[in-house]
Amino acid sequence: MLTLHCPNCGVHADETDLHAEGEAHLKRFASGSSDDDFHDYMFQRQNPKGVHFERWKHVYGCGKYFLAARCTATLEVFGTYSAQTHEPPQAIKDAITAKRPGWSWGDFS
Amino acid sequence: MSTRLANAGRLVNKNKAVSFTFNGKNLRGFDGDTLASALLANDQMMVGRSFKYHRPRGVVASGAEEPNGLVNLGKDNTFEPNQRITTTELFDGLTATSQNHWPSLEFDVGVINTYFSRFMPAGFYYKMFIHPRPFWKHIYEPMIRQAAGLGKAPKDRDTDTYEHFNASFDVMVVGGGIAGLAAAHSAGQSGARVMLVEQTADWGGRAVVDMPSIDGKTAQDWVADTVQALENMPNVTIRLRTQGSGVYDHGYVLAYERLTDHAPENDGPRHRLWRIRAKQIVTATGAIERPLSFAGNDIPGVVLAAAVRDYAINFGVSVGDRTVVVTNNDDAYRTAITLKKAGLDIPAIIDARTSAEGDLIDEAKALGIRVEFGKGIAKVKGGKRVTGVALCNQAGEGAVIEEISCDCVAMSGGWSPVVHLWSHCGGKLIWDADQAMFRPDPEKPPLGADGAGFVVTAGVANGHLFTAEVIADGFAAGRSAAKAAGFKAKAAQAPMGEDAHEGPLAPVWLMPQGASHALRSKAWLDFQNDVKVSDVQLAAQEGYESVEHAKRYTTIGMATDQGKLSNINGLATLAKSLNAEIPNVGTTTFRPPYTPISMSVIAGVAKNELFQPIRKTPMSDWHTANGADYEPVGQWRRPYAYVRSGETVHDAVNREVVNTREKLGLLDASTLGKLVVKGPDAGKFLDMMYTNMMSNLAVGKCRYGLMCSENGFLSDDGVVARIDEDTWLCHTTTGGAERIHAWMEDWLQCEWWDWKVYVANVTEQWAQVAVVGPNARKVLEKLGGMDVSKETLPFMQWADGTLGGFDARVYRISFSGELSYEIAVPASQGRAFWDALLAAGEEFGAMPYGTEALHIMRAEKGFIMIGDETDGTVIPQDLNLQWAISKKKEDFLGKRAQERSHMADPNRWKLVGLETVDGSVIPDGAYAIAEGTNANGQRNTQGRVTSTYYSPTLKRGIAMGLVLHGPDRMGEVIEFNKVDGTTVQAKIVDQVFYDKDGEKQNV
Amino acid sequence: MKKYSAFAIAREAFRQHTGWERAWARPEPKKKYDVIIVGAGGHGLATAYHLGKNYGITNVAVIEKGWLGGGNTGRNTTIIRSNYLQDSSAAIYEKARSLYETMSQDLNYNVMFSPRGVIMLAQTQSEIRGYQRTAHANALQGVKTEWISPQRVKELVPIMNIDGPRYPVLGGLYQARGGTARHDAVAWGYARACSDMGMDIIQQCEVTGVRTNAGKVVGVDTTKGPIDCDKLGMVVAGHASVLAQKAGFRLPIESVALQALVSEPIKPCMDVVVMANTVHGYMSQSDKGEMVIGGGTDGYNNYTQRGSFHHIEETVRALVETFPMIARLKMLRQWGGIVDVTGDRSPILSKTPVEGIFVNCGWGTGGFKAIPGSGWAMAELMAKGQSPLTEEFNMFRFREGKFIDESVAAGVAH
Repeated sequence: MLTLHCPNCGVHADETDLHAEGEAHLKRFASGSSDDDFHDYMFQRQNPKGVHFERWKHVYGCGKYFLAARCTATLEVFGTYSAQTHEPPQAIKDAITAKRPGWSWGDFS
Repeated sequence: MSTRLANAGRLVNKNKAVSFTFNGKNLRGFDGDTLASALLANDQMMVGRSFKYHRPRGVVASGAEEPNGLVNLGKDNTFEPNQRITTTELFDGLTATSQNHWPSLEFDVGVINTYFSRFMPAGFYYKMFIHPRPFWKHIYEPMIRQAAGLGKAPKDRDTDTYEHFNASFDVMVVGGGIAGLAAAHSAGQSGARVMLVEQTADWGGRAVVDMPSIDGKTAQDWVADTVQALENMPNVTIRLRTQGSGVYDHGYVLAYERLTDHAPENDGPRHRLWRIRAKQIVTATGAIERPLSFAGNDIPGVVLAAAVRDYAINFGVSVGDRTVVVTNNDDAYRTAITLKKAGLDIPAIIDARTSAEGDLIDEAKALGIRVEFGKGIAKVKGGKRVTGVALCNQAGEGAVIEEISCDCVAMSGGWSPVVHLWSHCGGKLIWDADQAMFRPDPEKPPLGADGAGFVVTAGVANGHLFTAEVIADGFAAGRSAAKAAGFKAKAAQAPMGEDAHEGPLAPVWLMPQGASHALRSKAWLDFQNDVKVSDVQLAAQEGYESVEHAKRYTTIGMATDQGKLSNINGLATLAKSLNAEIPNVGTTTFRPPYTPISMSVIAGVAKNELFQPIRKTPMSDWHTANGADYEPVGQWRRPYAYVRSGETVHDAVNREVVNTREKLGLLDASTLGKLVVKGPDAGKFLDMMYTNMMSNLAVGKCRYGLMCSENGFLSDDGVVARIDEDTWLCHTTTGGAERIHAWMEDWLQCEWWDWKVYVANVTEQWAQVAVVGPNARKVLEKLGGMDVSKETLPFMQWADGTLGGFDARVYRISFSGELSYEIAVPASQGRAFWDALLAAGEEFGAMPYGTEALHIMRAEKGFIMIGDETDGTVIPQDLNLQWAISKKKEDFLGKRAQERSHMADPNRWKLVGLETVDGSVIPDGAYAIAEGTNANGQRNTQGRVTSTYYSPTLKRGIAMGLVLHGPDRMGEVIEFNKVDGTTVQAKIVDQVFYDKDGEKQNV
Repeated sequence: MKKYSAFAIAREAFRQHTGWERAWARPEPKKKYDVIIVGAGGHGLATAYHLGKNYGITNVAVIEKGWLGGGNTGRNTTIIRSNYLQDSSAAIYEKARSLYETMSQDLNYNVMFSPRGVIMLAQTQSEIRGYQRTAHANALQGVKTEWISPQRVKELVPIMNIDGPRYPVLGGLYQARGGTARHDAVAWGYARACSDMGMDIIQQCEVTGVRTNAGKVVGVDTTKGPIDCDKLGMVVAGHASVLAQKAGFRLPIESVALQALVSEPIKPCMDVVVMANTVHGYMSQSDKGEMVIGGGTDGYNNYTQRGSFHHIEETVRALVETFPMIARLKMLRQWGGIVDVTGDRSPILSKTPVEGIFVNCGWGTGGFKAIPGSGWAMAELMAKGQSPLTEEFNMFRFREGKFIDESVAAGVAH
């Protein structure tokens, strides 16, 4: 039963106020892209047993999306941050490194 | 026999008698009794039958860990099976019956299983009932199912109410014994918001029975003073009759409060589920005494030692006149001492240890109680009640050296800390070999959102058995929990506890040590599921060696007590069989709830009409009053048809279609989604959302648009209107409103966040009515206020104005193919507008029509319906909708996906119309059969029906479907299957059955 | 292996049951096997079994990091049905169901397959159409199902409330020979049969690495040392991504929590399995008398085998609405597992980018019913290089856009 801090409105939201929205930082490939790139965008997922970045929507709150860095094996939350970014901010990355030195996820580490 | 003692128990008010019935017998007890103590006081020792062998069962414990005393409680709509007699407080008029026997408790034919028990060891059913094959379904399984289950199934609806509380605390303390009270107090002193819950109706746990002294007072006084202090602290909430049921991630705790079970005449909800967030949790959950494993330990009258003294002290009930105590520890001596002082007979204390010294042993001897060291019980005598015990040497194989007559055996194999809540979120245990117990490993607590521990254990639950440590531990736990939650307590002194000096126990996992198979097959581990020592040994022998395999194979620990009395004895037996160390064998997984909680309380208030929110339009009351036959569409209820008296639903639908096409129909279209999309980049945005171009839609015009998922499949459709330079109004399907709004927000917030676009879901702000049919214009002209002529408001345009005094936006769009206006008015005026239309339309033959008439009319016109023609695997190109896909756009959602090989495959089935040769209606979902079978032996298919109706307009069945190369096969007749094995023939035709040139909608 | 039978029990009853042998051996791993299957759950054991039974391939090791049958096989709600919409789904689930019919006899282990019937309730117009479509498809696929009326539903399930104020029951899709089986017994029965064929089931042995050479598998590294093989089957459900990564490829799956719960046991009151997808819940009564209840998956990636309580609330609420009499029963235990879900919510049985490595995963919430069919099909794929049952379930279908989408007719695929 997660709780996540919504960085948009500041509420420490209960999971029941939130909706999980899948993996974060997907790179969109559109018209003109290769079959492999498009396939990876649509279907290939990290699905890690460990550090993960994912999207959440504060549906019974401010209605906004945000991103979370969370461990899928222990449910530890390293931090939440704005959805309007292509990459986790350095502060989030540092917070993860402090707990899970040597982590990596896709192109991030 | 079991009787009431002269001295009242602590909890019992002898001035207030209570009447109740058990198995039809009228009995009496007192206010403060549990059903268990009252039954014992009435010498009703036998209370049920075990699950497998139907052996007589008597109460074994005094609390929630009780495995045997389960009854059917109440009747009619208060009937509830499997109620624990030890946790059921007695009330006047209580009625209970025992379970799992026929014809009666005393004479149960099921007892025959006991006589065949040698043929029914653990897992026997896996080895038999295999042949002949049909016998399993028709003979064996029905027998097994009939024998299974304990309580009866309830029949009537539950009319009690239940509620949920949401709460958050800094520190949650579970357990109202002295450790929990000390923890709540010290945490509360720090200023933290604290909640303390206790599952029974009484504070103080074991201490108020065993009476150590604390801070120079009796435990009873210390408890009363502490409870008073807690009640006076405004930041502390305390509750009795509330069980900490489960710990979930991020500090979520469920607490289960029983409000009126003990006083059913009281008003209010029966149960309350507390849904709590706590920064820190202290589990001061105590420990449960372990039985000893000796032959006949399941005979009624064999009771846990601490439970025996609980009945004496708390309830003034003596379980037996002559009680033999059998133990491997000093604590059980308290039972002998208590009973002796109450004037009862203690023929002997059988101590399995070769020798032992301690204050309690001295006191027992001083009272003249015989103590035998190095001895054990070879077996218990008696059938429905203990009549005596046969003694042996504990180190031997069970040769009987003496027999002692008695009617109660008080047994103690030691204490197992209650570690459930600690373990629910992954807290780990360590095996304390000295105390022969698993207790929480403080280095490995469950971890919370910040990666740090969020649960601490305190008191006996933490493996401390002596008052001084228990209470100091509770005090410390409260402070450290408060500190971890951010509250620092000022310096303070922990309470000081004192009790008798005790020596160490000796682990005894089998009595006697070398018991023969005959004895081991009568030494019970799990009383409810009838699992014996020999069963666990058999599991190990057969290779079911992991503790989980052994559990599932023997079913030990899987009964309603979830192994509270059997877990440790079971895994010790397994370890011994495997020649392994207990900690290496491990434990099974602890899962919530700690003890069973009612389904009703989990469901809460969301029942019947309130099961889910109901969404209604402003016209709903009119629909209900006028014969609406509703269909659920998401959380809306839409009229399927308006049924008049004497009509079937089908009649009503046909009438509505005919009337709309001939005169005037009105449809409540309020539920369809309306999304305002506004901003400098709105046009660009909508060009990405839709397959069509929307940015070039002129102000004042409407365009039918399609939306696809990124996976290329058709997701929603609807008419888009250009309101002004930077504003579009997008209609969606009813089911699509929230979904498409969310879809748009997703892209705007997470992908194109620099685009300047705002979206507002105004679905509920506007009521919307479709005014449809040859008389549509007439009724609007009669209302007056707007020019709705063909010249001023042609097809696929919209205009704002007033109609009959109502502010209206009129869209000239048609889903039926008739002259049609969809009119939006502010929701607050919706009902009045509807009424006005009906009144004005009466002379023109106005009738409302529902969703089915809507579906038929659009099908007559060959228009697709999201959810019928689409199923999540259909692309616009399959539905002849290429015209809606812009060739000028470089990109839109779904474009790339539609370029994948399978999506561009010319063999994808395409939409056509279907006319049965005989005019009948093709069944919903029928498939068109092709030649031959595929590699898996299934019939090949070449198409399927997507929509099918009886058309009252054409007076025949019509259908649309997807067919292989359909558009190229016009006129061909193909066969569709029916579920009865017959087929129906249909000709492939144009999907537009009516008014092919679209003249009627253009007038 | 000594045959199980009532006679054997009678004989052993007089010898204090000392003659029963180990159900499966506990060997140490050899240096090399023809085939290694990673994952001794139902699917993995069934694959090994059919490799031996159908193709005589018995130089097989099944490697399991925990205890066999301890994953989802040991914690599901035991439903067996094959009333799926798409041809390829119906084929493999019906293969499974028909193998369940004779499994107890085939394995000489009573798995208690109980064909007592499964009903999927239709509570909206769109569900009616979806299930009627499925009934038509099933008729052509050789799967025996029928569309039944609300009155017939009530006859089959007297305790159901068909007149609920929110979602009255409008009918149902009924598979008379769907039902349940004892999940642990399925794993144990296969394990015993595999062991009897001389295969090695190696428990408490975790695969720590996958070794390849020139794009072909050569073996695995484990906590019990390196083991070589010619072919490798990955059958580890929720951990498939973790294992695939060790072999250098990714899978289009996500692992989420799935929960279930049971009530205390009561006398028999429900013979049929009922699934109510509109309200997201399903229920059956076990042979022990417990009401076995489940719903849909939790929403986010989760390897803890614990779920969130509000899903339990929603599921219980839905079932109290459908079966009012359960309101006064008590929840005895709730638990969770990890299920892996693909992009079209249908499984993957496939070759992989590494030669000799095959993967079987992505069963989501529908794994238990598929066990024998999955094993049969996987064995065929691994032995022959292709199988009509696995053809459409290859992992490359997502690239082509050729999905097998069951969500049409069922909200919760179980």
